[in-house]
Amino acid sequence: MKENANLLFVFLFKTPIEGSGYSLAWYILFVFIIAGALLFFAANFAGITSFIERRIAARIQTRVGPNVVGPQGILQWVADGIKLLLKEDLIPDRADQFLFRVAPYFVFSGLFAAFVALPFGYGIVAADLNVGVYYIFAITSLVVVGIIMGGWSSNSKWALFGALRSAAQIISYEIPTALSLIPVIMLTGSLSTQDIIKAQGGLPWDWFVFHSPFTFVCFVVFFISALAEGNRIPFDLPEAESELVSGYNTEYSGFRFLVFPMAEWANLWVIAAMVSLTYLGGWQVPFVSIETLSGSLVLIFLSVAVFVIKTSIVVFIVMQLRWTLPRVRVDQMTQLCWTYLVPFCLVAIVGTMIWMLIFPWETRVALLLRLMMFGIGFAFCFFYVRRIRFNYFNDKTAYENLKKKSPWYPIWRLP
Amino acid sequence: MPESELKYLKPQALAFKEEMILNMGPQHPSTHGVLNFLVVTDGEVIHQALPNVGYLHRGIEKLAEQTSYTGFIPFTDRIDYLAAMFANHVYVLAVESLAEIEVPERAQFLRVIACELNRIASHLISTGALALDIGASTPFVHWIRERECINDIMEAICGARLTYSYMRVGGVSRDISQKIVDDIYKFLDHFEPIIDEYNRLISFNEIFVRRLADVAIISPVDAVNFGLVGPNLRGSGITMDIRKIIPYSVYDQFDFDIPIGKGFKGSLGDCYDRYFVRILEIKESCSILRQALSQIPKGDIKAKVKRKLKIKENECYACVESARGEMGMYLVSDGSDRPYRLKIKTGSFTAMSIVEKVSQGLMVADLIALIGSLDVVAPEIDR
Repeated sequence: MKENANLLFVFLFKTPIEGSGYSLAWYILFVFIIAGALLFFAANFAGITSFIERRIAARIQTRVGPNVVGPQGILQWVADGIKLLLKEDLIPDRADQFLFRVAPYFVFSGLFAAFVALPFGYGIVAADLNVGVYYIFAITSLVVVGIIMGGWSSNSKWALFGALRSAAQIISYEIPTALSLIPVIMLTGSLSTQDIIKAQGGLPWDWFVFHSPFTFVCFVVFFISALAEGNRIPFDLPEAESELVSGYNTEYSGFRFLVFPMAEWANLWVIAAMVSLTYLGGWQVPFVSIETLSGSLVLIFLSVAVFVIKTSIVVFIVMQLRWTLPRVRVDQMTQLCWTYLVPFCLVAIVGTMIWMLIFPWETRVALLLRLMMFGIGFAFCFFYVRRIRFNYFNDKTAYENLKKKSPWYPIWRLP
Repeated sequence: MPESELKYLKPQALAFKEEMILNMGPQHPSTHGVLNFLVVTDGEVIHQALPNVGYLHRGIEKLAEQTSYTGFIPFTDRIDYLAAMFANHVYVLAVESLAEIEVPERAQFLRVIACELNRIASHLISTGALALDIGASTPFVHWIRERECINDIMEAICGARLTYSYMRVGGVSRDISQKIVDDIYKFLDHFEPIIDEYNRLISFNEIFVRRLADVAIISPVDAVNFGLVGPNLRGSGITMDIRKIIPYSVYDQFDFDIPIGKGFKGSLGDCYDRYFVRILEIKESCSILRQALSQIPKGDIKAKVKRKLKIKENECYACVESARGEMGMYLVSDGSDRPYRLKIKTGSFTAMSIVEKVSQGLMVADLIALIGSLDVVAPEIDR
């Protein structure tokens, strides 16, 4: 944090912060500015993502989606937010008033604190903690505390169900999430998010995901467990709307309710950013070394763009999964965690150790193996896109036969 | 919770101290209407689930005694709003057999066409809503889109999209034009490949299969003993279809199979069987529709019936294979222009009776799947 503030100060005033007098005041001001910027980003990301997700869902479900408020409905999330702010802040009868009021703060702070250690580009990170990844795991655990508080204090059995499911889910999925990152940490030798990205390369075969079959398994495990920690379908058990009415937030209304979905959408960024920074190369720009990257402002912005694009792709895949898959059952969820994910992780950790000993990163054989892994991964993506294309064209021909017009229209336009 | 039911629950509820009573419904999103379940659970595991019906009782049977024979037809639409055509059909069948009215063959074909279209529409909602209960909302919306096509056809056939009142005593209300026939053919050409697409989307989805297979198994013996009918009974592997065993209307002229559960992904009579039987039935209905459309004869659509229908003292039972199984009406006439007594038998009501037996030891999420797979429609339970 201090170095970044200093850099910014030097950039603005051409003198180091220490010599300017009032240095502590400046630091505090910078802390507030950076915190405000992060909060601004997170809140806006959550809002805009809610709109985008609804539009994507509409496209998947052959519906229209929100298109009334603002041009093409782009201000729908603002309208929703204002509507929820104006709602009555209702506390159910015989609820635990204090816990009920305080629970959303835990969810809110647990999630937004994670943004402190998330990088956005080369050197663009609020605090490059040397325990970055560990910090993110630890701080996001506050969310489950908030959820349990909210579910317990609501004086509703459905909310209690949701809270207990959430406890079971997040506590069991913390383990595969942490275990599946150990190969990355071993390869990097650091927990800092910046160091993890710096250890990778810009080109796909220099990413950790294609390092070995074991890291590939870990990548899949990490993605699944991140979905589970973010309460996304197929693991949205805590708020399974068809089973538990609305789960832990059943009794909430107004702004206190707004915090929960907002945190969920902000969590989408945390999930996707974690996936892309640990396994998908983060902000590394292809064909540009870190030395050249650090020298040029344009290239730093390019690195931000690369990171945002990678993260957005992961966000899109998470959304697509949500609107395609059904929900698993509680026992299946824990079974998946303990009988598949955790053992796979343990095997993969040992496997990565051996792989690192036999094929060190710089050797030519390792590069060849990485290229092979990349080929397999590419084939996998190709198959994925082919399936979507196949089903889309099937649906398209069926629709054209019936209605004699094409179902396609550009993504920015609605009928 | 009424006091009497609390008494019923108490002996079991006190068996373990860990148990709690959960009131599921009548405002629960997946009870498919205004239904209430009193669920005794230990955590997520259900020890007892008691269906508590009666929230939608409208006294339709009593209303029949106040209305003329022909005037009661719109009320039958309201028995089962997802498959109104069958209630229409069974009522006019009962009145016709009492009054000994011969129905022209064209009218009978039109009835079959309308009924089969309605069966497809009803099964679309049923299977889609089950997927929705499991947590996948996309299949439901896709099915709603297909159902919209059927609704459009229905609107062209009989002027209404949901409560049809299409049948008349002695025939049907309107004839269909060649354009409508072409439209139905076009819809079938469009729809049949969509079934495979839907299967790829959800029916063979691994999570979906695991949520439904081996869950809430109803053995064939239980299915018969509890009086299950229709797809629920056939899901347990029993070949029983009113269209085959007591062919009414012109169903004996068509060649179609009765799909039965075979333990497609798990064991016989589980939720997946009941679900998949419905998907197979949609395919059979498509084939019946094609046959009916190709064989439809020319002629009248309505027999000559007196304006004020009076039926001498008599009684009869008529039944059809509705989307939710055997739907029967027991009609007693006393010589006046109104029914003396009408008793309606519906599939959903008997399906509710088995919930208590099957639900023991299930998870809360499985109970949702069970209710969805039984395809209960709340107004049909209570009438």
